Amino acid sequence: MSESGKNEIDTPERPILSVRGLKTRFVLDEGIAIAVDGVSFDVGVGKVVGIVGESGCGKSVTIKSILGIVQKPGEVTDGEILFAQAGNSGGADADYVDLAKLDNRGKKMRAIRGNEIALIPQEPMASLSPVHTIGNQLVEAVRLHRDVSVSEAEQIAIKSMTEVGMPNPAERMSMYSWELSGGLRQRVMIAMALVCSPRLLIADEPTTAIDVTTQAQVLNVLRSLQKDRGLSIIFITHDLGVIAQIADVVVVMYLGRVMETGPVDDIFHNPLHPYTKALLSSIPSIHGTSRGPLPTIEGTIPHPFNRPKGCPFYPRCGAFMPGKCDQSTPRLTASNPAQSVSCFLHNDEAEPA
Amino acid sequence: MSTDSPPTELAQKPELATGDVSGGAPEPHDAVSVAPNWKLVWWRFQKHKLAMFAGYVLIAITIIAAFPGFFSTQNPVQSITKGSFMPPQGIQFWDNGPAFFTYEMEGKRNARSLRMEWVINEERRIPLRLFGEGYEWKFLGLFPTRLHLLAVVNPEVDAPINLLGTDRLGRDQWSRLVHGTQVSLSIGLFAVFLATVIGIFLGGLSGYYGGLTDMVIQRVVELLQSIPPIPIWLALSAALPRTWSVVTTYIAITSILALISWTGLAREVRGRFLVLREEDFVVAAKLAGCGQMRIVFRHMAPTMSSHIIAAVTLAIPVMIINETFLSFLGLGLRPPAISWGVMLQEAQNLQSVALAPWLLLPGVAVIITVLALNILGDGLRDAADPYH
Amino acid sequence: MFTYILKRLLILPLLMFVFSVVAFILIQAPPGDFVTSYVAELAASGSAMDQRQIEALRELYGLDQPAYIQYFKWVSRLLVGDMGFSLDFQKPISELIGQRLLLTVILGLATLLFTFAVALPIGIISATRQYSFFDYFFTVLNYIGIATPTFMTALILMWLAFSNFGITITGLFSPEFANAPWSFARVVDLSQHLWLPMVILGLDGTARLARILRANLLDELNKPYMEMARAKGMSEWALVIKYPVRLAINPLVSSLGWYLPLIFSGSLIVATVLNLPTIGPLLLRSLISQDMFLAGTIVLTYFGLAVIGTLLSDIFLAWLDPRIRMEAA
Repeated sequence: MSESGKNEIDTPERPILSVRGLKTRFVLDEGIAIAVDGVSFDVGVGKVVGIVGESGCGKSVTIKSILGIVQKPGEVTDGEILFAQAGNSGGADADYVDLAKLDNRGKKMRAIRGNEIALIPQEPMASLSPVHTIGNQLVEAVRLHRDVSVSEAEQIAIKSMTEVGMPNPAERMSMYSWELSGGLRQRVMIAMALVCSPRLLIADEPTTAIDVTTQAQVLNVLRSLQKDRGLSIIFITHDLGVIAQIADVVVVMYLGRVMETGPVDDIFHNPLHPYTKALLSSIPSIHGTSRGPLPTIEGTIPHPFNRPKGCPFYPRCGAFMPGKCDQSTPRLTASNPAQSVSCFLHNDEAEPA
Repeated sequence: MSTDSPPTELAQKPELATGDVSGGAPEPHDAVSVAPNWKLVWWRFQKHKLAMFAGYVLIAITIIAAFPGFFSTQNPVQSITKGSFMPPQGIQFWDNGPAFFTYEMEGKRNARSLRMEWVINEERRIPLRLFGEGYEWKFLGLFPTRLHLLAVVNPEVDAPINLLGTDRLGRDQWSRLVHGTQVSLSIGLFAVFLATVIGIFLGGLSGYYGGLTDMVIQRVVELLQSIPPIPIWLALSAALPRTWSVVTTYIAITSILALISWTGLAREVRGRFLVLREEDFVVAAKLAGCGQMRIVFRHMAPTMSSHIIAAVTLAIPVMIINETFLSFLGLGLRPPAISWGVMLQEAQNLQSVALAPWLLLPGVAVIITVLALNILGDGLRDAADPYH
Repeated sequence: MFTYILKRLLILPLLMFVFSVVAFILIQAPPGDFVTSYVAELAASGSAMDQRQIEALRELYGLDQPAYIQYFKWVSRLLVGDMGFSLDFQKPISELIGQRLLLTVILGLATLLFTFAVALPIGIISATRQYSFFDYFFTVLNYIGIATPTFMTALILMWLAFSNFGITITGLFSPEFANAPWSFARVVDLSQHLWLPMVILGLDGTARLARILRANLLDELNKPYMEMARAKGMSEWALVIKYPVRLAINPLVSSLGWYLPLIFSGSLIVATVLNLPTIGPLLLRSLISQDMFLAGTIVLTYFGLAVIGTLLSDIFLAWLDPRIRMEAA
């Protein structure tokens, strides 16, 4: 697991975040649901990593695990979440702090959350308190991590809103979330994530709840932030179109496991895993020739209590090899210098039973 | 497969029966997919152990309320001047071997305070038996019988047993409590029944038609809910002529309680209607050309019934407490009627309570009954909501 | 906010009109006119009333005239502050109610404060530590609190205090202060007596509010804004207090609409048992002696208290919740 990653920490290009063999499960009355089952990926400095997958594939739980906000009955059971410490650029493992080992509610973790790693949530409306003003919530975000007065914090908040292209930012401070449009609400969330100048931004399906025009604006804001500030971003979505627009590196997840990972061009033009191929072929295309129905992936995602043995995708896979895929789980292995895939079609390495 | 009991694995895991069959059970169970709503509710309810227990307690109380004569040991209205304020007599089960008797109580009148003072005479034992003979009562008010659950073996010689002591007039508290159970419980049930009829009717109108009807009914509900009910109850009950018979007063008090209490139920029904009206299956029924009556009774009512039952169950204890309040203050039922409130009236002042604390025991009956009804109602409410 | 309060204030006269009609109907409810029944009541107890006095009363209340004129006479006198005269006490009604009303309000407010002060922490702990020992403990306590009629609590406490310590815990004042004019010492004496009826009266409501708060909070604790606040790096307690508790309190404040009438109702019974000098026992006595105008005036007073209470809770809620201010404006 942790020793299996292709990006060792002492490689010249040091990632800002390295997730290795992360496992998160939920202990419920009905049984144990394994939401994240050994996920590994790296986030390079100034890069946008897009995590893509159907709903229920464990993308959201993965980022909640990184942020240390998985709530009971959920718990991170295994793996490392190595986060580069600020101002440290030499040496081996000493530069990294393992977030998985920190107390979720402790001071150290809280000093990182919102400060070094910030979240842009999925539902901006529900993520803002309806009875507190925008300004109140922004100022709070500043003052949690910066020792400044309220008026100084207000200035920081207004500046942050200006940067994300919020019209009349000073006026918005005294408004409530439900007085803003969906796009403006999402800008507030981005501004809130940026107030403490984080080094890593995690965007959890930030474009799901808004219309296409606004979506494009939000993506533009994020892209320019990445360029101007050299911000590293983890971008979660089920929308491959959005991934193609924004991501440098793509991580394809299915049922809590990474199926395939690689640079965005390789994933789109040279997909290796049958699941990635299936996902790509279900995108409607304007160059499409046939009038037949859009291909869909057969079957449904199994319930987490009922995970298939072996490769989680085999019941729906077109290239299913009986006796192999349903017996052992393929390991995520480099298949060429850029791409890694976990599929027995491309390598024979299996996870230890 | 029996239709009454759930399939065994579902009895343990009824949450799997609530809808997500695809993920949980390896193969979807036929019993679950075809089970009517009430059966799903019943399976979920069975899981709630405390509520089941409360249900058994209430069944026991209801049986007592149905045949108070059988459970009482003495005539509840008969007063014995020399028997006032006798403390509760315990039943003895052991005397160098299994036994079933009680000690005799000897009372002497204190010459100065003129009160009866009681001592246990351990020399004299009064043998007891189950299913013995006692005073005559009428089974279901029709057939005279002398059979009682508990009686002294020799009624000619021995004084009857006072399980919970006696009151100021020397009446047996246990027998009165048993008869009071019938009155208090039935008043609660009837008042809630009345309130439910009014509540369902007006709430249904309000929720189904909406618009002006809804607005008018909702304003009335709000108005009624914003006023303190007890002063109104008191004033109305006080207006009842004292000359009225016990039965007439009983009916009047029940109506007075129901008159102000339907609002909660009306709100519940209206809320349900508003939710259901938007549900797909109601829209589908409408598109399929169902008549309004059919939609309301065939489609909406069955899904609402479990919620209504839960709300009604939770309304009964409120009524019981309110009747107790009224009678306790002397404005509800009046003697010779017996209810828990009427009995507690005897314990209204400190002097009586200090002298005879057992006068408070009817209050314990109130607490147990209300507790059981609340727990049962909460259990039903939780079970009625599949996505809770 | 201003328009909101104004709107609320405008309904007030309408409400009071409806309530005064209800109170009047209650006055008229007993068969026969109240003077006749009062005279009959007096005769039964062996005393009599001057014929001229009877005539004067009939004239004053317009008893020979149709009901609406009687109502009009009663209300127009009430509007100028003349509550009338109690036959039973032989005193002006305003004099009887005055002091007792003040104590009723003080007891009601004290109970309200007690309820919130106790219910808030219990509800918060039960919800944030769901299924913990505390949660189960308070759940049991809440069930018992709801199931026990207030007068039972009062009787049991009275009996325990008397049988164990030989003290009588009735009234709101020590004997030497009962009829004394207000002074600092009297206020101190009141506060020493007030806590017991306050606790007894508040138990039921505390249990109910704690349960409501627990349920509301459990809903709020799963909302996305909780996750967001955590992701900001807030400490768990700070965020629980700032967001979910703040939001869960709103429905609690709106529940004051039914809770305040309940307190005033309940105080009537507790006051009777504990012999408190509030308007409750006065209502009871007037109803039993058929002194109907006194009774009607007290019932109307109860309505007035409830209306004012609801109004204040509405204003408080609007102050707390910007969405309600916005809706109303």
